[in-house]
Amino acid sequence: MIDLKNSVQSDIKTQEYFLNMGPQHPATHGVLRLILKLDGETVVGIEPDLGFIHRGIEKMCEYDTYRQIIHLTDRMDYLSSHINNEAVALAVEKALEVEVSDRIKVIRTMMDELTRIASHLLWWGVMGMDIGALTTFMYAFRDREMINEIMEETTGARLTMSYNIPGGVMFDLHPGFPKRVKEFIKHMRQVLPEYDRLLTGNIIFQKRMKGVGILKKEDALNWGATGPVARGSGLHTDIRKRFPYSAYDRVEFEEAVEEGGDNLARYQVRMREMYESLDILEQLVDNIPEGPYQMPMRNLIKLPKGEFYQRVETARGELGVFIVSDGKKNPYRVKFRSPGFSNLNALLKVGLGWKIADLVAIMSTFDFVIPDIDR
Amino acid sequence: MILSNANIFSQWLESTSGLGYVLVLILIAALYLGFFAVAGLMLVLMERRVAGFFQLRLGPNRVGPWGLFQTIADALKLVSKEIFIPKQADKFLYKAGYYIVIIAALIGIGVIPFSRQIQGFDINVGIFFITAVSSVGVLGILFGAWGSRNKYSLIGAMRSGLQMVSYELSAGFAVVTVVLMAGSLKMTEIVEAQQSTWFLFKGHLPAIIAFMIFIIAGTAESNRVPFDLVEGESELGAGFHTEYSGMGFAYFFLAEFINMFIIAALTSTLFLGGWLAPFGITDGLPAQWFWGMFWFFLKTGVIIFLLMWFRWTFPRLRIDQLLTLEWKYLLPVGLVNTVVMALFVWKDWLIDLGKIFGS
Repeated sequence: MIDLKNSVQSDIKTQEYFLNMGPQHPATHGVLRLILKLDGETVVGIEPDLGFIHRGIEKMCEYDTYRQIIHLTDRMDYLSSHINNEAVALAVEKALEVEVSDRIKVIRTMMDELTRIASHLLWWGVMGMDIGALTTFMYAFRDREMINEIMEETTGARLTMSYNIPGGVMFDLHPGFPKRVKEFIKHMRQVLPEYDRLLTGNIIFQKRMKGVGILKKEDALNWGATGPVARGSGLHTDIRKRFPYSAYDRVEFEEAVEEGGDNLARYQVRMREMYESLDILEQLVDNIPEGPYQMPMRNLIKLPKGEFYQRVETARGELGVFIVSDGKKNPYRVKFRSPGFSNLNALLKVGLGWKIADLVAIMSTFDFVIPDIDR
Repeated sequence: MILSNANIFSQWLESTSGLGYVLVLILIAALYLGFFAVAGLMLVLMERRVAGFFQLRLGPNRVGPWGLFQTIADALKLVSKEIFIPKQADKFLYKAGYYIVIIAALIGIGVIPFSRQIQGFDINVGIFFITAVSSVGVLGILFGAWGSRNKYSLIGAMRSGLQMVSYELSAGFAVVTVVLMAGSLKMTEIVEAQQSTWFLFKGHLPAIIAFMIFIIAGTAESNRVPFDLVEGESELGAGFHTEYSGMGFAYFFLAEFINMFIIAALTSTLFLGGWLAPFGITDGLPAQWFWGMFWFFLKTGVIIFLLMWFRWTFPRLRIDQLLTLEWKYLLPVGLVNTVVMALFVWKDWLIDLGKIFGS
């Protein structure tokens, strides 16, 4: 028996070539630059080139007070801005050993989940666009708009909210908040099945997603992947479940974990997470406890000497804030462990051997926010 | 003035000679060019309005009544833009690209019968002619992409070549099934043969399969979603026309829409009776040339809407899936389908409403 496939392949001389994907490319969602080594359309090498949107946020933090740092974190992963804020706020509170009121915890948790849904909605819309279904974008943005309005009503901002401050939140909830959230939950429960009908059930979509871009469990672990990317490979990495913060220890929700490790698994994880977030919101919206929305705290916060670490689960994975304080009003050093950077490493492992179109789809399911990678 | 069954254009040509003959030829060509531009612009507008309809938004509605002049304004803008040719481009191929594409699309329109009286030229191998000419268009894409010296363009063009070569076959076999029923390659005769029953119903099972194959292959040939790998804006930027600007880009864009129109027009001619009215409901009315065009454009419009519906609903295929679909599914099914249709025609297992109702 002749090995037909190999005999044909060996006769054709092909030349590998380089393709510069980005920094301005529609599929890199920002200014990520990937230098691809291609054989025909097959990707045989990926070299990322970072730094196009590096703003030195970590260095800037060293010159800012703890209240100011929070405003910088908005600009890292701008789609999870509230969760980023919370990470710093929690770290500072941990250092000062301040216990915030239940009301603050619940407000933060609800805002977290709204942010998570908003982020996943944007991801879903853009995911569709990346594989050619342009309509998903408009549907997702219609629904994301409701969250933006809820946010705007309470925090005064739509994207970079800076709503958390050390020891609480900036303003009390708007009186219309619970009603609006309930409306939103009802609306989302109607449209999520619609999303499935529009995209998930589509045979082309299934063919593009299933079995493509498999991230093995070991690789996910070795490369430090977190968030939906790791959970799509069967790793239980949800910080909300493992190391509960804010009000996550008092709500019941399921950690969305899929075993496949392929595009579809990551997709399903995010879709399920939206349902779980709705569950969390539903449990909390009727039980917002009374209490202060800010704990009494000095205007100029000085942390005690030492090292403090706080991890939270953003929409993209684990965000760690590591603060080294020397007792002054500014931190000595701040390090953010951003989910996007570690996930990018996993992408370099996963993307090899697939077609360009697949690489685009894989990047989409990894859900990169480039300012989060570069900081 | 207008005889009921004769081609208007050939009447004009027969009534003149010498210099007049040439002038009439130029007039007809100008008419077609005008139609080409207007149809292209209107299709772009329709696409954008349909997209708005599918995407919970309005689409262009500001310029002129209901936004009718939006695309005209866009075209004016494109005309006024600088045509930027990359420094390293092969200028001859770069420019030849869009001319070939647009000429291929324009010639294709010439054979399509808009009504019994209105058809550019009715040659006896009309349908074969269209199939042949429409595959020349891909040369323009290849030339343009190669000439512009851009890797993204080149990838797009290679995909285009693969796609065209593959899907021409399926489209061809779908056409053959219809030709078996009609017994002619002449466009007018194909339509006339559907006088009693449209081929979609006359050939029932094999015709419906052929119809579906033709729609799929046609979508692929006109490079539209789910087969728009040639442009693949999320993968290749703009694919083969990445380096084109101004009217260079507009020519590609117009040609693409005209190709879609040709596919839709062919579908309505081959399967849905072309200019024929359903059940002959407008047969007795005056101005038959108008009613013919009315039905033709109505049917074509429905097919175009279907194609746009695809575009705004489906994700894009991957290149290997595209080839798998063609070579492993459509082509074998199309082949078998052609044989089945031949059997049906031979044994006369067709549904002829005319015979059934005895009219």
